[in-house]
Amino acid sequence: MVDTVAGAGPDPHVSGDDPNRRDFIHIAAGVAALGVVGGLAWPFIDQMNPAGDTLALASIEFDLSKVVQGQQVVVKWRGKPLFVRYRTPAEIAAAIKDDHADLRDPQTDEARHKPGKAQYLVLIGVCTHLGCVPTFGGGDYGGWLCPCHGSVYDTSGRIRRGPAPKNLEVPDYSFLSDTKIKVG
Amino acid sequence: MSGHSTYEPKTGFERWLDSRLPILRFAQDTMVSFPTPKNLNYWWTFGGILAMMLGIQIVTGIILAMHYVPHVDYAFNSVERIMRDVNYGWLVRYTHANGASMFFLAVYVHMFRNLYYGSYKAPREVLWILGCIIYILMMGTAFFGYVLPWGQMSFHGAVVITNLIGAIPLVGPSITTWLWGGFAVDDPTLNRFFSLHYLLPFVIAGVVGLHIWALHVPGNNNPTGVEVKSKEDTVPFHPYYTVKDGFAISVFLILYASFVFFMPNVLGDAINYVQANPLQTPLHIVPEWYLLPFYAILRAVPNKLMGVVAMGGALITLFVLPWLDTSKVKSMRYRPTARLYFFIFILACLVLGVCGAHAPDDLVIPGFSGLQFLDANINSYVWLSRIGALYYFAYFYVITPLLGLTETPLPVPDSISTPVLSHPASAPTGAAASPEKRG
Ligand code: HEM
Ligand code: FES
Repeated sequence: MVDTVAGAGPDPHVSGDDPNRRDFIHIAAGVAALGVVGGLAWPFIDQMNPAGDTLALASIEFDLSKVVQGQQVVVKWRGKPLFVRYRTPAEIAAAIKDDHADLRDPQTDEARHKPGKAQYLVLIGVCTHLGCVPTFGGGDYGGWLCPCHGSVYDTSGRIRRGPAPKNLEVPDYSFLSDTKIKVG
Repeated sequence: MSGHSTYEPKTGFERWLDSRLPILRFAQDTMVSFPTPKNLNYWWTFGGILAMMLGIQIVTGIILAMHYVPHVDYAFNSVERIMRDVNYGWLVRYTHANGASMFFLAVYVHMFRNLYYGSYKAPREVLWILGCIIYILMMGTAFFGYVLPWGQMSFHGAVVITNLIGAIPLVGPSITTWLWGGFAVDDPTLNRFFSLHYLLPFVIAGVVGLHIWALHVPGNNNPTGVEVKSKEDTVPFHPYYTVKDGFAISVFLILYASFVFFMPNVLGDAINYVQANPLQTPLHIVPEWYLLPFYAILRAVPNKLMGVVAMGGALITLFVLPWLDTSKVKSMRYRPTARLYFFIFILACLVLGVCGAHAPDDLVIPGFSGLQFLDANINSYVWLSRIGALYYFAYFYVITPLLGLTETPLPVPDSISTPVLSHPASAPTGAAASPEKRG
């Protein structure tokens, strides 16, 4: 930098012999430019995040009387499949029996349904591995089998085998009446 | 580009232009008089084929974009409309869809050629790395493109691949949401994938420019792996290689056309002609053939994060290869042991591809029940893909470094011309030395 001013004159302020002040200007300008670029970059990155209307997520109501025992209904919620399953007593018993088995993501069956409503299992039907939709009735645990890479879930939707790390997620929901739930 | 230009402006206009924008000089130096080793074989024609494929994809893609509608409710039908109603739409779409496959076929040949002849070694490391960047951009482009027709495989493939990023600890899920622009693969996702699918090929074109620049500094490698020593070792690019490339391109186009016209759908998955349904995953999710080996590596590892790491690692490995190879001899023509391991490497890649196409629990040898080993049957594709993946990494991190230190290569010729001239029978006698010059 110092050489940029040809023929250093006697006045040190003009000649640029004072590296500290020059450096200060350079660093200050550089930092300011970086700040501007950084500040401008954020809007350009954030625009890809979910937009306002996408965030204003609709919740849905579901009439449980539409499901009969042993049946599973799949509805779409926030773009994802939602499983509503009316479990048989045998399935519930199997789930409770395994409460203390060697589980990858330990959780009791009790914690996965609403109190006194063990027959209704409400799950987000998205495999916790890479997001495929598991099919009911496959696998060795009486629950779901994911067609993509073979994750097996039990009758409580807990992961038992295969690459998925977590149990099928239970969404936020509540009972509006004995036969009606509100999800989200 | 590397110094010595042989361009001589002939007309007044050329002289005028040359002192303002020497574009004709540039064209002459890079595509006409460029000194090229005289012993390049047909494995060297794939660079030209790749350039042509990029051009074809861009032209057909821009045409498709004139008729395609990037919206979840219309995308599938707009592609069907292209197929049925748009004049010659079927031709343009089949050319584009099969073009992606042909593009990858050519890039794989091109890359294996570089492995065999050691073209990634000094002084061509940057050239090789730029090629790896192009390859990864191609994978991204093809992935985004495959989502656009919004069929079942488009949708669920997109779900699986974007969820891979969710495996990154802490920030993974937020990045996935950011990519989706929502809480699932949906309309915002389709829109941005279309935008990126349009963009990336032009980024590729830019990197191809750098790639060719980096090629023209050291010049081409050649089948002997011995650097050009004198002018005797080279011929001008035109007409020698324009003609050779032209012939190879014609043969390649015959293969390409036989797919487009006689079996346009064999390389695709029939389930992608079913419109996307987020509530139901097809029984068997597979990517397009050109991504299968990496998919197999992903599934070979039983842990989600480690699977993603292994798959990414398989790609990153390519970037560091120039520094893993300890052999001073470039061409495997003179490395018989390396050649053997190289052919096993090709086999491992093919086996991985086959594994990627099968469900992990399928039996490799039907009828043989095998036995359980750790978490899976020893006769299943999981174990086969583990063996393949192991070889893939061992090839780069164990075999390549050790072999260079331990093997004894065959004698390497002093120059490109020596092996030819030392066989008096094959040395041309009295043939025109420079047929490119008239007179
Ligand atoms: C590197 C070059 C390119 C590659 C490898 C590529 C690859 C692909 C692939 C694999 C598909 C899915 C084909 C199918 O199964 O239907 C596709 C679709 C599409 N591509 Fe490209 N593409 C490239 C360049 C472009 C460009 C430059 C455009 C320009 C906008 C474009 C526009 C489209 C459109 C509109 C579709 C949807 C229609 C369809 O599915 O056939 N592509 N592309
Ligand atoms: S997505 Fe379910 S096992 Fe991979």
